[in-house]
Amino acid sequence: MATGRERAPLTDHQVDQIIGLLLRYGVMLSAAVVASGGVWYLIQYGTTRPSYHIFRGEPKDLRSIGAILSGLARFDCRGVIQFGLLLLIATPVTRVVFSVAAFALERDRTYVVITLIVLAILLFGLLMIR
Amino acid sequence: MSVLELTTLVGLISTAAGFLGALTGLGGGVVITPAMVLLLGIDLHYAIGATLVSVIATSSGAAAAYVREGFSNIRIGMFLEIATTLGAVFGAFAAAKIPASALGVVFGVVLLYSAWISSRPHGAPPADQPDDPLAVRLRLSGSYPTPQGPKRYKVGGVKTGLGLMFVAGTLSGLLGIGSGAVKVIAMDRAMRLPFKVSTTTSNFMIGVTAAASAGVYLNRGYIDPGLTMPVVLGVLAGSMMGARLLVGAPPKLLRRVFGLVVAALAIEMIYSGLTGKL
Repeated sequence: MATGRERAPLTDHQVDQIIGLLLRYGVMLSAAVVASGGVWYLIQYGTTRPSYHIFRGEPKDLRSIGAILSGLARFDCRGVIQFGLLLLIATPVTRVVFSVAAFALERDRTYVVITLIVLAILLFGLLMIR
Repeated sequence: MSVLELTTLVGLISTAAGFLGALTGLGGGVVITPAMVLLLGIDLHYAIGATLVSVIATSSGAAAAYVREGFSNIRIGMFLEIATTLGAVFGAFAAAKIPASALGVVFGVVLLYSAWISSRPHGAPPADQPDDPLAVRLRLSGSYPTPQGPKRYKVGGVKTGLGLMFVAGTLSGLLGIGSGAVKVIAMDRAMRLPFKVSTTTSNFMIGVTAAASAGVYLNRGYIDPGLTMPVVLGVLAGSMMGARLLVGAPPKLLRRVFGLVVAALAIEMIYSGLTGKL
């Protein structure tokens, strides 16, 4: 694909391989965190009665990235699961960040801009809307 | 019902949905939300939040394999993701404003449409379509591996594709689904990409699209860890089993049966929404 361009540090094929690995390990890591938090959650709350019939919304400490991280630090089991889910959401975001770098290395200015727009929309959804 | 019983039930439903979704190519997410809402009486917003996160898991897992095989076109995917992520944030934002009964009806209609579209044969792209000038400027055309070596393809209808992708993103954010069916339509019919390229690139895009609305869902309190945990782990396990079993094209009978299940759930969702039971 890098026809006419000299010394392309990364070929499209290599970029594909790295993105594939990134996605795979991201999913595996988050599944492991969710599963360990989940076992713990079932031990602690397994016999209680859930109430999902009426939507109330999650408490504040499970809603934002900062609050989830502090829940993780307290070793709260719901916080651990939520952190695992956050890792899962972060996996495609990381993939986009990596694509920005890969297109920059290929000196593909158009696609650096396109990818940065996608990243900005993602971060807007993740951080800005309250 | 205790937390342990509910978790087991949701986990089993999700595993079955992930398994059938991978075998039929319909995606498992579409049946989990109606099953949770209709069978277990879970509020639609919680069900949508849990399913959306599981969509990221299956899409990323499958995309990992496809990307490395060289079928998905990362430039097309990235360019169209501008439209899908924008739509996804918009859809997730709108989901909070729309009552559950109306959401249920929209969900059912989209579900019916997906079942119908995936039961039809896909149109083969013309051998030599002209390249869309925009596609040339954005260097969207690519090649994919065949037994006879890499085969090049051209790209048409970029603007129509982009518009349809915004719709796909909005539906994804609104209903917590991957809306792979709409994405494949956009690439298959509007942009005239080879089927293998459009399905794998669609899969590749679903994760990023879902991540855009997942952020909004998280901030809005739609994502419950206790409920999402069995959905994510179940769908992941089920789709891995399904993908391992699947060699070549999915069996026709299975596709048809699963399509009927999806259609039945869709009609039930529309009915429940219209009669105000959601």
